[in-house]
Amino acid sequence: MNTKIAIDRLRLSFGKNQILKNITINVYKNTITGFMGPSGSGKSTIISVINRMIDFEDNVEIHGKVSIDGINILDESCSPVILRRRVGTVFAVPIPLPRSIFENIAYGPRLQGISGRTELHRIVEGSLKKAYLWDEVKDRLSTSALKLSGGQQQRLCLARTLALKPEIILLDEPCSGLDPISTAKIEDALNQLKSEYTIVLVSNNTKQIARITDFAAFFYMGTLIEYNTTDKVFTTPMEKQTEDYIQGKFG
Amino acid sequence: MIEKALLKERFVKWVLIAFALSSLLFLFLIFIFILAEGLPLFLKVGVGNIIGGFKWAPTRGSFGIFPMIVSSFLVTIGALAIGAPMGLSCAIYLSEYSGKKTQMLLKPALELLAGIPSVVYGFLGVIYIVPLVRNYLGGSGFSLLSTSIILGVMILPTIISISFDALISVPKTYREGSFAMGATKWQTIYKVILPSAKSGILASFILGMGRAIGETMAVIMIAGNALKIPGSILDPLRTLTGNIALELSYASGDHRLGLFSTGVVLMVIIMILNYIANFGIKRKIAK
Repeated sequence: MNTKIAIDRLRLSFGKNQILKNITINVYKNTITGFMGPSGSGKSTIISVINRMIDFEDNVEIHGKVSIDGINILDESCSPVILRRRVGTVFAVPIPLPRSIFENIAYGPRLQGISGRTELHRIVEGSLKKAYLWDEVKDRLSTSALKLSGGQQQRLCLARTLALKPEIILLDEPCSGLDPISTAKIEDALNQLKSEYTIVLVSNNTKQIARITDFAAFFYMGTLIEYNTTDKVFTTPMEKQTEDYIQGKFG
Repeated sequence: MIEKALLKERFVKWVLIAFALSSLLFLFLIFIFILAEGLPLFLKVGVGNIIGGFKWAPTRGSFGIFPMIVSSFLVTIGALAIGAPMGLSCAIYLSEYSGKKTQMLLKPALELLAGIPSVVYGFLGVIYIVPLVRNYLGGSGFSLLSTSIILGVMILPTIISISFDALISVPKTYREGSFAMGATKWQTIYKVILPSAKSGILASFILGMGRAIGETMAVIMIAGNALKIPGSILDPLRTLTGNIALELSYASGDHRLGLFSTGVVLMVIIMILNYIANFGIKRKIAK
């Protein structure tokens, strides 16, 4: 399997507070990789390093390497703006822009200089279909995205990310505020999408990780405790901490 | 014991209400006072002859303040042309680009700028701006341009603080969402933040206008106070406020009433501006 993202001895601290301690992990192409762990384990922080949203925080010190297709994205020469067009992110709380459904999805392509009406329509329709939202909104693309339900907004955010045509999709607890039906729709969409993208799913929900990921990593207090295929992690975990976490003994 | 406490409670409440309503009372009194003094002349000479009249010779029965209305608007627009881009740029820098340290330096500086007495602005204008305009552009230097520059600086604190509040109240999540889709900082500001903060920014401009149109001391020091509509930005002019301040000390009879009529017109203009600004802000909250 090809490595898409290679994280090599990543250390990160906020001031004196060390959040990530020597993380080394490879994420493979066209798979869904789950990052799990209790809050404060550093899993979301890794995501914000991969998409360089960490740049907006003050007082951060980062050491180590994060490579995508062999190129270190932490290098000075790597532009975070261009990186974020290759690495799409879906956040825990769906945050549509205060615009219409259509404009929310067309926003990214427009930034990349696509302005043809038919071209944009094609992208919007394609993205919404992939995110399993098209049928629910096709008749009201010009209404405000803020009028959608929470589950629809999250799928809109997924569609908006897909419209960027990224190589990697990062999902930071995308279903934490959603009902089971909306969650199932997102999971179905992700399963369809992995043939085209490399997906990293951060979740507190171990059952979700078990359901849809190919690889699973367990983080605790900024350290990678265990990383293996999801089957192995959930059936025969190597570490006691992983087993306890999966069984719900702490976390 | 408890009855006494309840009695006290009621007493305190009524005292507070009385003081709270007193500000309303003052506003009402000012209103009545200005209208009582200003309206009779409108009835006597005619609204059209005052608002639309070109000639101000109050001792000879001409009360036309049209040139002053135009002049007041011209300096206000001039002030806005200078203050709005500067103020908005500053607010954008403060809310989107600067760090905490710059903010801590700039915000008190702005408050200080707001606290400088207007006579000091006028003084600086007479000493520096007027000669600069005279030497490099011509005319006497006491002009629409000089006045606009000084007023433009004077309304900066209003514009900056209100647009800054509007900009930082745009949810952080909008910014994150935009950045995550590969937008640059400027694209995010231009396409997401400014449209979201639009009504607050407009309100800041309108309140800035209100401040510019009401400014008196600095204006009479630099405007030249000539009684005509300025033909170019280098011509002198007289504003509504300037007219009242310049002549009230020696006016009597109809002349004095004419100044009150000027005040009525000024008050109406400021009320309209405030109404528009409030309307903008309220609509934003309602959204």
